[in-house]
Amino acid sequence: MRAQFVLSEIGVGLRRNLTMTFAVIVSVALSLALFGGSLLMREQVSTMKGYWYDKVNVSVFLCNKQDKETSPNCSKGAVTDAQRNEIRSELKQMSIVESVQFETSEQAYKHYKEQFGDSPLANSLTPDQMQESFRIKLKDPEKYKVITTAFAGRPGVQEVQDQQKLVDDLFNLLNGMNYAALGVMSLMLIVALMLIVNTVRVSAFSRRRETGIMRLVGASSFYIQMPFIMEAAIAGLLGAGFACVLLVSGQYFLVNNWLANRIDVINFIGWDAVLAKLPLVLAIGLLMPAFAAFFALRKYLKV
Amino acid sequence: MIRFDNVSKTYPKQNRPALRDVSLEIEKGEFVFLVGSSGSGKSTFLRLLLREERASHGAVHVLGKDLARLSNWKVPQMRRQLGTVFQDFRLLPNKTVGENVAFALEVIGKPRGAIRKTVPEVLDLVGLGGKEDRMPGELSGGEQQRVAIARAFVNRPLLLIADEPTGNLDPQTSVGIMKLLDRINRTGTTVVMATHDQQIVDQMRKRVIELEKGRLVRDQSRGVYGYQH
Repeated sequence: MRAQFVLSEIGVGLRRNLTMTFAVIVSVALSLALFGGSLLMREQVSTMKGYWYDKVNVSVFLCNKQDKETSPNCSKGAVTDAQRNEIRSELKQMSIVESVQFETSEQAYKHYKEQFGDSPLANSLTPDQMQESFRIKLKDPEKYKVITTAFAGRPGVQEVQDQQKLVDDLFNLLNGMNYAALGVMSLMLIVALMLIVNTVRVSAFSRRRETGIMRLVGASSFYIQMPFIMEAAIAGLLGAGFACVLLVSGQYFLVNNWLANRIDVINFIGWDAVLAKLPLVLAIGLLMPAFAAFFALRKYLKV
Repeated sequence: MIRFDNVSKTYPKQNRPALRDVSLEIEKGEFVFLVGSSGSGKSTFLRLLLREERASHGAVHVLGKDLARLSNWKVPQMRRQLGTVFQDFRLLPNKTVGENVAFALEVIGKPRGAIRKTVPEVLDLVGLGGKEDRMPGELSGGEQQRVAIARAFVNRPLLLIADEPTGNLDPQTSVGIMKLLDRINRTGTTVVMATHDQQIVDQMRKRVIELEKGRLVRDQSRGVYGYQH
């Protein structure tokens, strides 16, 4: 094997098909960037899940005096001591409950003040307008439905609110976006593969003289196919390189310098997660076009 | 060297076989003309020798190997012991004469030092000494065919297959090419040459094999081009 000879053949081939090579590089870059992006998105969602599921509670809000007019569940007036005690002891007996915390209306008022400060709305509130509530932590956050069926609609209970449902809506949205990205990625990937097959076909056709002579003088099929495969692999690797640049700059500009400054309740994935994806992206960018070229050659290049 | 045992070849989607029950033997060091009108099966005969095609029936032996049993990956190894020359020269127009000959050695992985030594030698042999750096386009047809012969011979093949090597050349140039092929034959290389050139066949007085509609109709040592039964 004479490396220099093979390399010069590859260079000639890439230059001869410059527009086609460029198209391959761009489509590989875009599809792999989407691939890496959706991998990172998935990781982001799962770290967010872990972070949020630890914090979310199921809350059982109890009726206060004002709710009589506004909420049909509280038509019988504010919660009585007996009702409150009954709910508390029932909650404590449930095996799926890890801990129960009671929040008085005073505490609710304080938390509200802490969270929203001196806004006009907050200033107009009084402690007795706030609801008492049980904050329940579940052993398995997925089993919130048990609490809902047990307490919703009970006398003295205004509403059972599961915060997990709220964050799940967000996660479902993110997952949906992730699947959309994967769908676009597979389309781009198909486009990239077809481009590679076509590039190889054109390349094999424009070099049929050389390959014909190579065949006659007894060059091995490996030797004849190598330049074509390497061409596709190099174009793919360049595309993968661009995809890596896109991912890194996405992390730097979009996440670190923009999103992270604006949204501080989400812990964003860090550099380690991004860098860990790059070798995979590069490997796919190198191998996938090489295999595509190999199979295209079986059809378009007689050896 | 070459043996055909009842060889037939039918191409896919064609009713009439291109070769029909051909049996013959060619010994080492022979010079054989293959004659016949267009479509008589000459090209198929040569393609079978090169194992570009496989026989539909019968066995083709080349250089002691049964080509039907030769696995695909061993074919390149076999072709390295053959040299081929064509009517249209098949040179690479963007490479110099020297590079064209060197190409045949490069693609089979010969070391560079050996290539640098062998190429001028073989160009000398075909009478193109000193024209190493010329482009094929600058050469006459006869000279281009000499380059092609140099490329075919640079590996010192045991068998040289020539498909109408003088088909594009004028009679005088053709004589020069035939002298060259004769000289190569005298080094011990077997030469099988398909041709339409009556003058050459009649002058050389070598073995003549004639095909007609795929059948072997004449096999004559020291023969001539036309029918002479």
